[in-house]
Amino acid sequence: MRDNARPVPGAPAIDIRGLRKSFGDVEVLKGIDLTVRAGEVVCVVGPSGSGKSTLLRSVNMLEPPTGGDILIEGVDILDPDVDIDRIRTRIGMVFQQFNLFPHMTVLRNLTVAQERVLGRRRGEAERVARDMLARVGLSEKAAEHPGHLSGGQQQRVAIARALCMNPDMMLFDEPTSALDPELVGEVLEVMQALASSGMTMMVVTHEMGFAREVGDRLIFMDDGVIVEEGDPTEILANPRHGRTQAFLSKVL
Amino acid sequence: MRRTTRQRLYRGVNYAIFAAVVLFVALATDWERILNQFFRWDIAREQLPEIVTIALKNTILFTIISFAGGLVLGVVMALLKLSSVAPYRWFATAYVELFRGVPALLTIFAMAYMLPIALGVRVPGGQVGAGLVGLILVASAYMAEVIRSGIQAVPKGQTEAARSLGMSPARTMFWVVLPQGFRIVIPPMTNEFVLLLKDTSLLFIAGSTVFTKELTTFARDGLTTNANGTPLVMAAMLYLLVTIPLTRLVAWLERKMAKSR
Repeated sequence: MRDNARPVPGAPAIDIRGLRKSFGDVEVLKGIDLTVRAGEVVCVVGPSGSGKSTLLRSVNMLEPPTGGDILIEGVDILDPDVDIDRIRTRIGMVFQQFNLFPHMTVLRNLTVAQERVLGRRRGEAERVARDMLARVGLSEKAAEHPGHLSGGQQQRVAIARALCMNPDMMLFDEPTSALDPELVGEVLEVMQALASSGMTMMVVTHEMGFAREVGDRLIFMDDGVIVEEGDPTEILANPRHGRTQAFLSKVL
Repeated sequence: MRRTTRQRLYRGVNYAIFAAVVLFVALATDWERILNQFFRWDIAREQLPEIVTIALKNTILFTIISFAGGLVLGVVMALLKLSSVAPYRWFATAYVELFRGVPALLTIFAMAYMLPIALGVRVPGGQVGAGLVGLILVASAYMAEVIRSGIQAVPKGQTEAARSLGMSPARTMFWVVLPQGFRIVIPPMTNEFVLLLKDTSLLFIAGSTVFTKELTTFARDGLTTNANGTPLVMAAMLYLLVTIPLTRLVAWLERKMAKSR
């Protein structure tokens, strides 16, 4: 089983080659090349409409690309013969709007996919779920419905839900953008802890502080292309490209 | 005159007119005749207990059968209508248009004639059973549209979250989308239930025996035998006895669910 065959640190986890995506006549991704190595934390920043969310959503095929290749741990997921549902269990995804299942308790949110997709028994799934809830500091909320939780708590549950599938990598699509400012910290803390545990992470974010402190690499995107990439501290302090400078002067 | 005074005067005049009309109707009505025609205790007592043990029981039973059948078929049609396979969509659209566009009475009659007589299909329950098939077809056509709107009202993020956890489209639909869609359509589905309860009265066209009479047919027979309207009033009250608590219950459920979200 792949659970005992964790990816080798440093091996490419996500390999994106010449990725293109169009919505009708509008091309939002114009040839993206990006490799995320196992254990790496890559933060993607850029103005809205730059294509950063589309790029992230392409990685687990929520947005099927119109051109190029995406390799997940060496497997080309655009190959029609690939079982995308299997691949997706290895890629955790966290959304801006949390997207918890409102008709289920927190615990059930965490167990349903374990049981239905991974075929775990109820008892085992609940054990994993409680472990993950403890990890995000929400053990006492297991029996609640998501509607009774704060935004920050919901997002931590969403992270725990993704972790229950034992993913090799995690995608974060602006995980703190829908949160009240005072709730951002608790989510970033969980993400930071996850990063220190060695999780491969691709994070679309507006939190430059997080990118600087937790990110191994910063990608700046604008108008469907990667404009600049490199060490976060370096880019945030000395952006080389005019577009990066213009963007950072607005958000910092 | 001040505005509040004028408003009070206006309201007073309206109350006065209303009271005058009520008084006129009350005086002009031949109460004895009304009571004799519609509220005769002796006739009412003759209808019991059969009007409850047979007629009301059948009405409720037929409603539940056609609601359950319509629900299952309606879900299937809603899913076909949302299918990515074009012929499935065409079929479901044609189905819905047909059974929604044709009078329920005609569909029930057609099934009652067609299944046992023209096609020689033996439906459990005989004539009423065949009529119920017609009612199920009609109910499913209406419910398909309601269920489809409920499915589409579930936020797209729910599907995305389920799919990104590796759930297949079918599992996503069954575990995530449908349960939420059903919650959304509880009010319109109650409406369908109430409409169906009343539409069971159309089953008379399929032909009924003593034991398959529902409320309206039973009351109509009572009217003919006694040349008196009392059975109609009883039937009406029995319908209301079911529909009013039902709509109240659903309003309560809705409030409760609004809180838990």
